[in-house]
Amino acid sequence: MSDTLEILEQAARWREEGSGVALATVTKTWGSAPRPVGAKLAVNGAGAMVGSVSGGCVEGAVVEAARAVIRDGKPRLLDFGVSNEEAWEVGLACGGKIEIFVERVA
Amino acid sequence: MNGRLLEALLAAGRDGRSAALATRIADGSQLFVEGGRTLGDLALDEAALQAVRDALRADRNGSLETSAGRIFVEVMSPPRRCFVVGAVHIAQPLVQMLALADYRAVVIDPRLSFATESRFPGVELRTDWPDEALDDLKPDHRSAVVTLTHDPKLDDPALDRALKSECFYIGALGSRRTHAARTKRLLERGFSKSDLGRIHAPIGLAIGAVSPAEIAIAILAQMTQTLRRSEEAEKA
Repeated sequence: MSDTLEILEQAARWREEGSGVALATVTKTWGSAPRPVGAKLAVNGAGAMVGSVSGGCVEGAVVEAARAVIRDGKPRLLDFGVSNEEAWEVGLACGGKIEIFVERVA
Repeated sequence: MNGRLLEALLAAGRDGRSAALATRIADGSQLFVEGGRTLGDLALDEAALQAVRDALRADRNGSLETSAGRIFVEVMSPPRRCFVVGAVHIAQPLVQMLALADYRAVVIDPRLSFATESRFPGVELRTDWPDEALDDLKPDHRSAVVTLTHDPKLDDPALDRALKSECFYIGALGSRRTHAARTKRLLERGFSKSDLGRIHAPIGLAIGAVSPAEIAIAILAQMTQTLRRSEEAEKA
């Protein structure tokens, strides 16, 4: 869990610097998902990130969603899996499925 | 997440305290829970709050269905602890492996020639008697106790305190014959047979380990199995 602490520390630093910040958290997994429930990614308004919610396969799409969350403040629930066209495009090739909650740090 | 909740999570994490954050998926409202204290804008009824506290105690992230709808509970906890009694050869690779597996290792040995900084660079060392050290360190349900000295004068007081605690794993180095003698002594101390069933002895999974590093692997594997299999059983 020290991982989570480091990610939250970075989120707090970005927040203090006045940059918008969003947190993405894995809330559900099916099959051979690469990261466990609770894994986190912090994203700032410039798209910089720390942490991970997958082996790197869906981070790009999550960062895009995070920047939208930073803009409008509305939390989002994202699904990625092999049955999902978009996820296939971003390549969750491990065959698992994950659900990710994205929220703004206000 | 607002700034106050973020600060509360960070404060708990920095101080090594366990805390949980419950988030309602529908609207992102949240409640921070630590011991009897709560903070945040998510209103939960008593049953839901109890479920969050249960998840906190079990160290388990996951979703719960409550009267407030689906909530996601995330637990932040300090590292699990492993108390290694006996600053012996096997303890040297074991503490390195424990660090990799995210445990906070503490080596306890009152024999000053064993518990030295040069033998255990950067490792937390205690040179008081094992029962006194454990009284101070207070093993809890997120702790493991491993005895490696082969010396009843050191191992027995440690096992006594381990058995009186809620620690999730107890392992004692020594042959079957050594363990039979140990069992007899601990029964005389007033422990029951089922108490003694908590002790893994001979210690470690039976993988034919020979070298100190291999024995450390067997011990850590058994500790992991005890921890994770019991979590699986709780979930099922």
